[in-house]
Amino acid sequence: MTTPRYSTSGRVRPSGGGAETFIWYLMRLTGLALFVLALTHFLILHVLYDPSRQNAEWITTMRWNSLFWRAFDWSLLMMVLIHAFLGVRTVVTDYLHGGVRTATLMGLYLLAIGLFAIGTLVVMTLPTVVPKG
Amino acid sequence: MLFRYRGREGMLAWAFHRVSGVAIWAFVIVHVVDIYLVGGNPKAYDEILKIYASPVGRVAETLLGAALLYHALNGLRIIVMDFWPVFTRYQRQLWYLNWAVFTLVGVPVAIVILKPIFGL
Repeated sequence: MTTPRYSTSGRVRPSGGGAETFIWYLMRLTGLALFVLALTHFLILHVLYDPSRQNAEWITTMRWNSLFWRAFDWSLLMMVLIHAFLGVRTVVTDYLHGGVRTATLMGLYLLAIGLFAIGTLVVMTLPTVVPKG
Repeated sequence: MLFRYRGREGMLAWAFHRVSGVAIWAFVIVHVVDIYLVGGNPKAYDEILKIYASPVGRVAETLLGAALLYHALNGLRIIVMDFWPVFTRYQRQLWYLNWAVFTLVGVPVAIVILKPIFGL
Protein backbone atom coordinates (compact mmCIF):
# COMPACT_ATOMS: atom_id res chain seq x y z
CA MET A 1 0.00 0.00 0.00
CA THR A 2 1.40 3.34 -1.00
CA THR A 3 0.10 6.50 0.59
CA PRO A 4 -1.64 8.70 -1.99
CA ARG A 5 -0.17 12.17 -2.33
CA TYR A 6 -3.53 13.77 -2.77
CA SER A 7 -7.10 12.76 -2.18
CA THR A 8 -10.28 13.40 -4.11
CA SER A 9 -12.28 12.42 -1.04
CA GLY A 10 -11.58 13.67 2.46
CA ARG A 11 -8.27 14.37 4.08
CA VAL A 12 -5.51 11.90 3.47
CA ARG A 13 -5.19 9.79 6.58
CA PRO A 14 -2.22 11.17 8.57
CA SER A 15 0.42 8.48 8.94
CA GLY A 16 2.42 7.76 12.08
CA GLY A 17 -0.29 6.36 14.31
CA GLY A 18 -0.25 9.38 16.62
CA ALA A 19 -2.94 11.80 17.73
CA GLU A 20 -3.66 13.04 14.18
CA THR A 21 -4.26 9.50 12.91
CA PHE A 22 -6.55 8.87 15.88
CA ILE A 23 -8.51 12.07 15.17
CA TRP A 24 -8.85 11.07 11.50
CA TYR A 25 -10.51 7.79 12.52
CA LEU A 26 -12.52 9.52 15.25
CA MET A 27 -14.06 11.94 12.72
CA ARG A 28 -15.24 9.03 10.60
CA LEU A 29 -16.54 6.99 13.54
CA THR A 30 -18.45 9.90 15.10
CA GLY A 31 -19.64 10.84 11.61
CA LEU A 32 -21.21 7.40 11.15
CA ALA A 33 -22.80 7.60 14.61
CA LEU A 34 -24.19 11.04 13.79
CA PHE A 35 -25.63 9.80 10.48
CA VAL A 36 -28.04 7.78 12.63
CA LEU A 37 -28.30 9.95 15.78
CA ALA A 38 -28.52 13.43 14.23
CA LEU A 39 -30.83 12.49 11.35
CA THR A 40 -33.16 10.56 13.70
CA HIS A 41 -33.18 13.49 16.13
CA PHE A 42 -34.03 15.94 13.34
CA LEU A 43 -36.72 13.66 11.91
CA ILE A 44 -38.46 13.29 15.29
CA LEU A 45 -38.21 16.88 16.53
CA HIS A 46 -38.66 18.83 13.33
CA VAL A 47 -40.80 16.58 11.15
CA LEU A 48 -42.85 14.06 13.18
CA TYR A 49 -43.48 16.54 16.03
CA ASP A 50 -44.02 20.07 14.82
CA PRO A 51 -42.21 22.71 16.95
CA SER A 52 -45.58 24.43 17.53
CA ARG A 53 -46.56 21.37 19.63
CA GLN A 54 -43.41 21.58 21.77
CA ASN A 55 -42.54 23.55 24.90
CA ALA A 56 -40.52 23.05 28.09
CA GLU A 57 -43.38 21.06 29.61
CA TRP A 58 -43.57 18.75 26.58
CA ILE A 59 -39.87 18.00 26.90
CA THR A 60 -40.15 17.34 30.63
CA THR A 61 -43.26 15.18 30.50
CA MET A 62 -42.95 13.48 27.11
CA ARG A 63 -39.66 13.71 25.29
CA TRP A 64 -37.33 13.15 28.24
CA ASN A 65 -39.69 10.94 30.19
CA SER A 66 -37.66 7.85 29.32
CA LEU A 67 -34.11 6.87 30.04
CA PHE A 68 -33.74 5.72 26.44
CA TRP A 69 -34.34 9.15 24.89
CA ARG A 70 -32.17 10.88 27.50
CA ALA A 71 -29.35 8.43 26.74
CA PHE A 72 -30.00 8.91 23.01
CA ASP A 73 -29.78 12.70 23.25
CA TRP A 74 -26.74 12.54 25.52
CA SER A 75 -24.96 10.27 23.01
CA LEU A 76 -25.90 12.75 20.31
CA LEU A 77 -24.48 15.58 22.42
CA MET A 78 -21.15 13.79 22.91
CA MET A 79 -20.82 12.71 19.28
CA VAL A 80 -21.78 16.11 17.88
CA LEU A 81 -19.43 18.01 20.20
CA ILE A 82 -16.49 15.76 19.30
CA HIS A 83 -17.26 15.82 15.57
CA ALA A 84 -18.20 19.50 15.25
CA PHE A 85 -15.34 20.87 17.33
CA LEU A 86 -12.70 18.64 15.75
CA GLY A 87 -14.13 19.64 12.36
CA VAL A 88 -13.87 23.34 13.16
CA ARG A 89 -10.37 22.64 14.51
CA THR A 90 -9.44 21.43 11.00
CA VAL A 91 -10.91 24.60 9.49
CA VAL A 92 -9.04 26.79 12.01
CA THR A 93 -5.70 25.09 11.38
CA ASP A 94 -6.27 25.52 7.62
CA TYR A 95 -6.64 29.28 7.82
CA LEU A 96 -5.00 30.50 11.05
CA HIS A 97 -1.38 30.30 12.15
CA GLY A 98 0.87 31.10 15.09
CA GLY A 99 -0.50 32.69 18.24
CA VAL A 100 -3.90 33.48 16.73
CA ARG A 101 -4.37 29.79 15.95
CA THR A 102 -3.36 28.72 19.47
CA ALA A 103 -5.68 31.29 21.10
CA THR A 104 -8.60 30.37 18.80
CA LEU A 105 -8.15 26.66 19.49
CA MET A 106 -8.01 27.27 23.25
CA GLY A 107 -11.25 29.25 23.06
CA LEU A 108 -12.78 26.50 20.93
CA TYR A 109 -11.89 23.74 23.41
CA LEU A 110 -13.17 25.79 26.37
CA LEU A 111 -16.46 26.35 24.52
CA ALA A 112 -16.76 22.61 23.83
CA ILE A 113 -16.16 21.77 27.50
CA GLY A 114 -18.70 24.40 28.61
CA LEU A 115 -21.37 23.08 26.21
CA PHE A 116 -20.68 19.51 27.32
CA ALA A 117 -21.13 20.58 30.95
CA ILE A 118 -24.44 22.44 30.54
CA GLY A 119 -25.84 19.87 28.09
CA THR A 120 -24.98 16.99 30.39
CA LEU A 121 -26.37 18.87 33.38
CA VAL A 122 -29.78 19.47 31.82
CA VAL A 123 -30.22 16.01 30.28
CA MET A 124 -29.20 14.26 33.50
CA THR A 125 -30.83 16.43 36.15
CA LEU A 126 -34.10 17.63 34.63
CA PRO A 127 -36.73 16.03 36.92
CA THR A 128 -38.88 13.35 35.34
CA VAL A 129 -42.54 14.26 35.49
CA VAL A 130 -45.12 11.58 34.85
CA PRO A 131 -47.86 12.96 32.57
CA LYS A 132 -51.32 13.26 34.10
CA GLY A 133 -54.04 10.82 33.16
CA MET B 1 -16.64 32.12 -10.47
CA LEU B 2 -17.04 29.27 -8.02
CA PHE B 3 -18.72 27.10 -10.64
CA ARG B 4 -16.17 27.83 -13.39
CA TYR B 5 -13.12 27.09 -11.27
CA ARG B 6 -11.22 23.99 -12.39
CA GLY B 7 -11.99 22.05 -9.23
CA ARG B 8 -15.45 21.19 -10.55
CA GLU B 9 -17.66 18.71 -8.66
CA GLY B 10 -14.99 17.47 -6.24
CA MET B 11 -14.15 21.00 -5.14
CA LEU B 12 -17.81 21.99 -4.81
CA ALA B 13 -18.49 18.84 -2.76
CA TRP B 14 -15.65 19.88 -0.43
CA ALA B 15 -16.75 23.54 -0.23
CA PHE B 16 -20.38 22.62 0.52
CA HIS B 17 -19.20 20.11 3.13
CA ARG B 18 -17.13 22.75 4.89
CA VAL B 19 -19.80 25.49 4.78
CA SER B 20 -22.59 23.12 5.91
CA GLY B 21 -20.35 21.76 8.68
CA VAL B 22 -19.54 25.18 10.11
CA ALA B 23 -23.24 26.16 9.89
CA ILE B 24 -24.29 23.04 11.82
CA TRP B 25 -21.55 23.71 14.39
CA ALA B 26 -22.92 27.23 14.94
CA PHE B 27 -26.45 25.88 15.35
CA VAL B 28 -25.28 23.23 17.84
CA ILE B 29 -23.90 25.99 20.09
CA VAL B 30 -27.24 27.83 20.06
CA HIS B 31 -29.20 24.61 20.48
CA VAL B 32 -27.27 23.28 23.51
CA VAL B 33 -27.75 26.66 25.21
CA ASP B 34 -31.49 26.77 24.43
CA ILE B 35 -31.99 23.17 25.65
CA TYR B 36 -30.17 24.10 28.85
CA LEU B 37 -32.97 26.64 29.44
CA VAL B 38 -35.56 23.83 29.70
CA GLY B 39 -34.13 23.23 33.16
CA GLY B 40 -32.64 26.67 33.83
CA ASN B 41 -35.44 28.94 32.62
CA PRO B 42 -38.47 27.12 31.09
CA LYS B 43 -40.35 30.36 30.28
CA ALA B 44 -37.43 31.66 28.23
CA TYR B 45 -37.26 28.30 26.45
CA ASP B 46 -40.94 28.50 25.50
CA GLU B 47 -40.32 31.96 24.01
CA ILE B 48 -37.41 30.62 21.97
CA LEU B 49 -39.50 27.70 20.70
CA LYS B 50 -42.00 30.21 19.31
CA ILE B 51 -39.19 31.41 17.03
CA TYR B 52 -38.71 27.83 15.79
CA ALA B 53 -42.43 27.66 14.94
CA SER B 54 -42.51 31.08 13.22
CA PRO B 55 -42.23 31.47 9.40
CA VAL B 56 -38.63 32.75 9.65
CA GLY B 57 -37.79 29.90 12.05
CA ARG B 58 -39.26 27.35 9.64
CA VAL B 59 -37.20 28.62 6.73
CA ALA B 60 -34.10 28.49 8.94
CA GLU B 61 -34.98 24.96 10.08
CA THR B 62 -35.36 23.88 6.46
CA LEU B 63 -31.91 25.28 5.67
CA LEU B 64 -30.54 23.52 8.77
CA GLY B 65 -32.10 20.24 7.63
CA ALA B 66 -30.62 20.74 4.15
CA ALA B 67 -27.15 21.38 5.61
CA LEU B 68 -27.50 18.33 7.84
CA LEU B 69 -28.67 16.04 5.05
CA TYR B 70 -26.01 17.21 2.60
CA HIS B 71 -23.25 16.89 5.22
CA ALA B 72 -24.48 13.40 6.23
CA LEU B 73 -24.66 12.10 2.65
CA ASN B 74 -21.38 13.64 1.54
CA GLY B 75 -19.77 12.37 4.74
CA LEU B 76 -20.77 8.83 3.75
CA ARG B 77 -19.32 9.48 0.29
CA ILE B 78 -16.02 10.52 1.91
CA ILE B 79 -15.95 7.44 4.16
CA VAL B 80 -16.70 5.12 1.22
CA MET B 81 -13.83 6.63 -0.78
CA ASP B 82 -11.46 6.62 2.20
CA PHE B 83 -11.90 2.94 2.95
CA TRP B 84 -12.52 1.65 -0.61
CA PRO B 85 -10.21 3.85 -2.71
CA VAL B 86 -11.53 2.35 -5.96
CA PHE B 87 -14.60 4.55 -5.48
CA THR B 88 -12.51 7.73 -5.86
CA ARG B 89 -12.81 7.02 -9.61
CA TYR B 90 -16.55 7.51 -9.28
CA GLN B 91 -16.44 10.48 -6.89
CA ARG B 92 -18.47 12.59 -9.36
CA GLN B 93 -21.13 9.92 -9.83
CA LEU B 94 -21.32 9.44 -6.05
CA TRP B 95 -21.83 13.18 -5.66
CA TYR B 96 -24.74 13.14 -8.11
CA LEU B 97 -26.14 10.11 -6.28
CA ASN B 98 -25.98 12.25 -3.11
CA TRP B 99 -28.05 14.94 -4.79
CA ALA B 100 -30.60 12.38 -5.97
CA VAL B 101 -31.08 11.08 -2.41
CA PHE B 102 -30.96 14.65 -1.08
CA THR B 103 -33.83 15.67 -3.36
CA LEU B 104 -35.85 12.51 -2.78
CA VAL B 105 -35.66 12.82 1.03
CA GLY B 106 -35.28 16.58 1.38
CA VAL B 107 -38.25 17.83 -0.64
CA PRO B 108 -40.94 15.95 1.35
CA VAL B 109 -39.27 17.01 4.62
CA ALA B 110 -39.13 20.64 3.48
CA ILE B 111 -42.84 20.50 2.58
CA VAL B 112 -43.75 19.17 6.05
CA ILE B 113 -41.72 21.87 7.82
CA LEU B 114 -42.83 24.77 5.60
CA LYS B 115 -46.53 24.05 5.04
CA PRO B 116 -47.79 25.62 8.33
CA ILE B 117 -46.51 28.98 6.99
CA PHE B 118 -49.24 28.73 4.34
CA GLY B 119 -51.83 27.58 6.86
CA LEU B 120 -51.82 23.98 5.59
